Amino acid sequence: MAAFQTAAQLARAVQSGETTPQQLLHGALARAEAVRGLNALVSLNSHAEEQAAAVQGRMQAGETLPLAGVPIVVKDNINVTGTRTTCGSRMLANYVSPYTATAAQKLQGAGAVIVGKANMDEFAMGSSTESSASGPTLNPWDHERVPGGSSGGSAVAVAAGISPVSLGSDTGGSVRQPAALCGVYGFKPTYGRVSRYGLVAYASSLDQIGPFARSAEDLALLMNVIAGHDPRDATSLDAPARFAVGGADSLRGLRVGVIRESLGGNTPGVEAALGATLDALRGAGAVVGEVSIPELEYAIAAYYLIAMPEASSNLARYDGMVYGERVPGGDVTRSMTLTREQGFGQEVQRRILLGTYALSSGYYDAYYAKAMKVRRLIADEFTTAFGQYDVLVTPTSPFPAFRRGEKASDPLAMYAADVDTVAVNLAGLPALSVPAGFEEVDGKRLPVGVQFIAPALQDERLLALAGALEAVGAVQLEMPQD
Amino acid sequence: MTYQAVIGLEVHLQLNTRSKIFSACPADYHGAGPNEFTDPLTLGLPGTLPTLNRRAVELAMMFGLGLGCDVSGFTQFHRKNYFYPDAPKNFQLSQYDRPIARDGYLDVPGEGGPERIRIKRAHLEDDAGKLVHPTYAPYSLLDLNRAGSALIEMVTEADITGPEQARAFLESVQAIAQSLGVSDATPEEGKMRCDVNISIHKPGEPWGTKVEVKNLNSFRSVARAIEYEAARQAKVLDAGGIITQDTLGWDEGGQKTFLMRTKEGEADYRYFPEPDLPPLDITPEWIAEVRARMPELPAQKLERYRAAGVRESDAQTLSLSVSLSKFYDEALKSGSDTQKPDAQKLANWLLTDVAGALAAQEKGVEDSDLQPAHLAALVGLIDAGTISGKIAKDLLPDVLAGHDPAQLVQERGLSVVTDTGAIDAAIDAAMEADPATVEKVRGGNAKAMNALFGPVMKAMGGKAKPEVVRERLTAKLGL
Repeated sequence: MAAFQTAAQLARAVQSGETTPQQLLHGALARAEAVRGLNALVSLNSHAEEQAAAVQGRMQAGETLPLAGVPIVVKDNINVTGTRTTCGSRMLANYVSPYTATAAQKLQGAGAVIVGKANMDEFAMGSSTESSASGPTLNPWDHERVPGGSSGGSAVAVAAGISPVSLGSDTGGSVRQPAALCGVYGFKPTYGRVSRYGLVAYASSLDQIGPFARSAEDLALLMNVIAGHDPRDATSLDAPARFAVGGADSLRGLRVGVIRESLGGNTPGVEAALGATLDALRGAGAVVGEVSIPELEYAIAAYYLIAMPEASSNLARYDGMVYGERVPGGDVTRSMTLTREQGFGQEVQRRILLGTYALSSGYYDAYYAKAMKVRRLIADEFTTAFGQYDVLVTPTSPFPAFRRGEKASDPLAMYAADVDTVAVNLAGLPALSVPAGFEEVDGKRLPVGVQFIAPALQDERLLALAGALEAVGAVQLEMPQD
Repeated sequence: MTYQAVIGLEVHLQLNTRSKIFSACPADYHGAGPNEFTDPLTLGLPGTLPTLNRRAVELAMMFGLGLGCDVSGFTQFHRKNYFYPDAPKNFQLSQYDRPIARDGYLDVPGEGGPERIRIKRAHLEDDAGKLVHPTYAPYSLLDLNRAGSALIEMVTEADITGPEQARAFLESVQAIAQSLGVSDATPEEGKMRCDVNISIHKPGEPWGTKVEVKNLNSFRSVARAIEYEAARQAKVLDAGGIITQDTLGWDEGGQKTFLMRTKEGEADYRYFPEPDLPPLDITPEWIAEVRARMPELPAQKLERYRAAGVRESDAQTLSLSVSLSKFYDEALKSGSDTQKPDAQKLANWLLTDVAGALAAQEKGVEDSDLQPAHLAALVGLIDAGTISGKIAKDLLPDVLAGHDPAQLVQERGLSVVTDTGAIDAAIDAAMEADPATVEKVRGGNAKAMNALFGPVMKAMGGKAKPEVVRERLTAKLGL
């Protein structure tokens, strides 16, 4: 099989007339069919063919489209008119959205063709893509293992070559962690850089749409399209998108701070990949030091005490009254109760219950309010660290892909998988997972990732850095065997 | 021994916004079919986000300023979580610890002068939809047209002491809301809704336990509910019973309160800050800009009318009504080319004759054909002695229909005759016809002159100015 092409290459091929959006769509669909066993996609866009033709028409009319004909996959919690948006839940098994999310609309405006919707943990709650009503997604490097989550389908779509780029959403690591476990790039922008309008909310103050890609150039290409202020999202930021990749020389003098609390507790392969990345940075003239963020100890606790309360309120709307699956029950209260008991999976119900409890009268101050204080402290400590360093670095995940079922029955072990990623969401910072190497486990090569974190609104710095890392050979992008 | 009542009011007003409070969905749903005024946000569809309606904020600022509240600084929305099908998201977006308006007051007219009611707060929130329960149907229907409409909820301190004061307060709030264009504030359309908190205690003793009476949809119901509850609570206490902190409803048909739920049944709303809407900072510059656009308040109108010499009760009636005061002000202004109509006389005509005639037609001045300038002209014609009050009253139906009184007087030749030549001729004729009376008068019986007055007025067709006739008669008879 030929090497997977990048979005930039495909767009150039369409722009030069070498290929057409329809041909690229057919290629993506054929590839999706070939790797169907991975269960990366939950549905195909039935309007894709006409949309590809429309892109072709716009090209012929003289429009310049940066993503001309590029096939793309979006996570199933991002609404696209006329496609199902199930969020991996029985609750929305047949829900078809009447509107399109801003980020997806911008992609379509730039000429991308949405091929289908990617599998995910139910309502983005999970780190393994095992809790979807559509069944688990498999890791293309080892089918016995999880792809990470919750955006596992989006990560696999890119890793297995269905599309060169995809969109996921990252609330506590849901883009970066599956990117690391599948061996691709995953980027979580500054909170507010990409509009959340049309992204089904899990935890509103933490959710952020982010891209997966196999090249730094593609990340920049995508971010230039989807970033920007949206009047429909009051939390979106008005910052011009100026994404570009940097060269090796941009690493000279770059101050890189390794977060001490993220060291130790990692598998040897993860430590080795981090070490190799730091060596490459030093070799290119970067200054590498260590920095402590003591409050990270409380990050997971604070994260779940903020995410679950928000989720309990965000998911209250799923009661079967106006849309979604409804279980009849004699009266309204009984019907709502049965609908929610049968429509939501176990993990979603657990988080709703915990979140409801944490917001309840008498507990609010001890849980939610306290977690918000920790959140502020973590953000302050990051600010202090950025006084010394341009970027901070940690492993993306302490371990490579774990076996399916290994953590599914142990929620606390599953929550701990987010140890390196959640603090970034609490502080609203941009962070990038870079495919940094492999660890051999039980005879299989499993990808591992390194996470770079930048100050708020310095998203561009991370993508420039990714380009520089590619230039010095510090990025380990490979294709999994089918 | 008698009790004192301690009363606080909560007033909901539907704001005059073109679109709903958190989306661009049009809000003018009155009269529309079910669910015609909805959009993805109103329906609570997954992925939708609220965006705050600027006009709703500015109307709330105006309302707060009109009530003497502090509206400056940060204000924030909270989610109020509860499950009910009329709230499609199963939470309401309301305000909790940072309402947009705080610490104001309103002076309402009382027997011994103005009485001050303190305003605790006024906050913005979205309205719920409506559940419809068809008779005998095994289902209910949901209409979300109203869902997401902009509401302001105003809460008083427990400063109100009785039903009449409550009613006067609500009339003032209504007048402020209408004057500022904040809300139509029409209870009959559900655009103004009231809840009452009331407790009673004996003078010198601590306050009693309060109950809340919800969903009162007229000022009369508020007053009646207060009367009823004060009496009911007194009866319970006198009988040695205790008042429990319940939520009551008002039975309009039976004119009594009924138990809706006890305190134990109250929901825990799990308020928390709305993460989708950043806090809003209301700057002094913004306040100044909004204040500059504020129409005149009822209290300012009242001052103006008092200064113009309008009697207190009329000045109050005019200042409480947007339509009457607007009409009155236009009428007052229109008199400039000849002379200003007398302010009190104009008020008399507007508030008695005109108001009575329009009430009979079930119309207000705003939807009548009566022109302010015409009413001013009518009053001016009487003042100038051109027509009598009686003729003016005869003309009123046509003036109400949009006719110009000056033109009517001319067309119908109704003008009072002041031409002494014509009057003199009539007097001469009358004297000639009744020499006996002339003799009597000349013989010293001045009162006998009245026997000539009637025939002269009759000859003039009632259009002669009586004083002139009297003056000419006196002269001719040599008195």
